[in-house]
Amino acid sequence: MTSITIEYYAQLREQAGKSRETITTDAASLDALYGELRQRHSFRLDTAQLKVAVNAEFRDWQQAFGEGDVIVFIPPVAGG
Amino acid sequence: MSRVTIAAQAVDTHTLRRELQQPGCGGFCVFEGWVRETNEGREVSGLDYEAYNELAVSEGERIIDEAVQRFGIADARCVHRVGRLAVGDTAVWIGVVSPHRDEAFRACRYIIDQVKLRLPIWKKEHYLVGESSWVACSHGPADEHAHEHVHPL
Repeated sequence: MTSITIEYYAQLREQAGKSRETITTDAASLDALYGELRQRHSFRLDTAQLKVAVNAEFRDWQQAFGEGDVIVFIPPVAGG
Repeated sequence: MSRVTIAAQAVDTHTLRRELQQPGCGGFCVFEGWVRETNEGREVSGLDYEAYNELAVSEGERIIDEAVQRFGIADARCVHRVGRLAVGDTAVWIGVVSPHRDEAFRACRYIIDQVKLRLPIWKKEHYLVGESSWVACSHGPADEHAHEHVHPL
């Protein structure tokens, strides 16, 4: 089991009802982690519509993560 | 000093301009993005921006590095607002200085286009009539076109 912190922004924050949470997980990849959280919080976006960052660096969905990492799923952006 | 700021308060453009001024530069190009009163036919009363600050700043710095390499500009700054904004407020300010105007114009365009595509910033629009909604500008297939649009230089 790996303990990680997830920060939520925009519609994911609203759907999760919180800005961050620390959880333990067996998920082996970021892809699998999002699947787990999607089920828990009924997220409507799928991974094709999101990007993902670990410790403030963009990562691929296939990549793993480590103890204590901070993970952010990034909904479609709208700056400017 | 960071060239990219995510700001909860109104942008102080005089200070930004002064920071960028240098004797070797004859061209200064600014882009300001303002909150518009309509979007896709709906009347907007205001909006909320939120950002993933740490990544927005590091990605913004990367964009400015790219602009320096690509166009040979001397320096640039980017400020993006977060929080509640009203119609007419400045949401984003980009300033670029270079020895000559051409590279300043082109780099300014490059930076605003990439900021819109890449910075983890979200916008929730509030309308005069109906429920507020998150606006999705990128990540989708349209990204490819936007990239094509800014690259051929």
